[in-house]
Amino acid sequence: MSILDVDFMRMAFAAGAIVGVLAPAVGFFLVQRRMSLIGDGIGHVAFAGVAAGYLLGVSPVATALVASVGGAAAIESLRSRRRAAGDQALALLFYTGIAAGVVMVSAAGALNANLFAFLFGSILTVTRADLLLVAILGVVGLTLVAVLYRALVAVALDEEAARVSGIPVAALNVVLAALVGVTIALSMRIVGILLIAALMVLPVIAAGRVAWSVRSTMLLAIGIGVVSVFAGLTVAYYADLAPGGAIVLVAAGAFGLASLCAALRGRPAA
Amino acid sequence: MPLVVELERVGFGYANAPPVLRDVDLAVEAGEFVAIAGPNGGGKTTLLRIVLGLEHPQTGSARLFGEPAVRVRRRGRIGYLAQRSQLGIESPVTVREVVAAGRVPRRGILSPLRRDDRVQVERMIARVGLAERADAPISTLSGGQQQRAFIAKALAADPELLVLDEPTAGVDVGAQEALASLLDRLHRELGVTILFVSHEFGAVERFVQRLVLVRGGVVFDGDPARLPDAWHDPSHVHP
Repeated sequence: MSILDVDFMRMAFAAGAIVGVLAPAVGFFLVQRRMSLIGDGIGHVAFAGVAAGYLLGVSPVATALVASVGGAAAIESLRSRRRAAGDQALALLFYTGIAAGVVMVSAAGALNANLFAFLFGSILTVTRADLLLVAILGVVGLTLVAVLYRALVAVALDEEAARVSGIPVAALNVVLAALVGVTIALSMRIVGILLIAALMVLPVIAAGRVAWSVRSTMLLAIGIGVVSVFAGLTVAYYADLAPGGAIVLVAAGAFGLASLCAALRGRPAA
Repeated sequence: MPLVVELERVGFGYANAPPVLRDVDLAVEAGEFVAIAGPNGGGKTTLLRIVLGLEHPQTGSARLFGEPAVRVRRRGRIGYLAQRSQLGIESPVTVREVVAAGRVPRRGILSPLRRDDRVQVERMIARVGLAERADAPISTLSGGQQQRAFIAKALAADPELLVLDEPTAGVDVGAQEALASLLDRLHRELGVTILFVSHEFGAVERFVQRLVLVRGGVVFDGDPARLPDAWHDPSHVHP
């Protein structure tokens, strides 16, 4: 029997295809702005959202979506108003999110296998409802990235010049933060909360080792993201592993391969 | 000629520190090429931020294109080149991509670039002498060539005012001369008003019409030829 004959694997691959495109496409702009770790912080806020879902008896994906978009907006607000240095704002969010999550999960008595599926991803738990949500929000997210691509690149290249010339930098930063939140909430079923940030960042830095332009970096990163998800899901299916780790290890392998190619071509290490 | 920049009795200070600027008057007409120089910490960066509407003056008034600087509506009229340390991204980016990013303010953030945008991008790349390097990653260019690419980006939206913040920092002497000559040529050919801000006036002194020295306030404003010899001594500029 082929892997694609299994219903839950077809759904995992379908959701994974969207996640594999969306995560590097959004992560691309985080890497350019030297905010690669922000996804990790927002992932921890998403954990608090999942816990709140268990506690309230509602969909953990929906509460994680609300929590991660809210957390992303909060960290952008702290950063832009310079109320706290970037790393302090991240630390504040990171620790508060995980602490709130632990307290709520304990209160809900939900320290079980389902929770671990959210933390590390699971190929068994993608439901049709999840797939529909991933598809709708994924298409919205990718459309936003495509439409705002040039403006987001302009802000990444020179934020001050963009502000001076009238590009709405603050609004774009909020949109980017919201996209990060949406990406994390959508991806946690497949990759897991603790590893989704890696899928946003590793394909981009791997692509940057061998690409020659912004456009080629973005396209290569998306390609690496999709291949990592498909390969990771396949390995997870046959070896009975949590998919998050397998996916991220494939992406890390892609970075190693890209670095080797760059070294052979004589490009200096990043 | 209409005034592009008008500062009247502008004062500014940061919290718990002596004032950075006191009673600064400055008027720049359309089409002028002005260098604003002064020592580090002398207030020129603050002055620049007030001119661009990024800071509110605490006393006095700042107007840009006849409007309060912080509320200028058509900001695409300003081309700005930030300090080199703030430029660039982590991934490879070609010269053409850098310059095309400068066209976004003119076209709007939701619209794709059209044929005339792309023509303008190629024109600006050619104007700064990088036509043969348009597809090259910017990291493979020399410091002076990188600055020229970012000048082309600042000019891509057809600005009326070009503001350059420390464009010669970290660039070798030969490249500084080439950059000054390029700005002189762009000024004559495009008729754009240029504000060149630097901690030293160096190569650009030969080309500017006015030199403004800032040290807490404006200590000299006029033709560079009238600058007292003593002021050419770097010790005057760098206390």
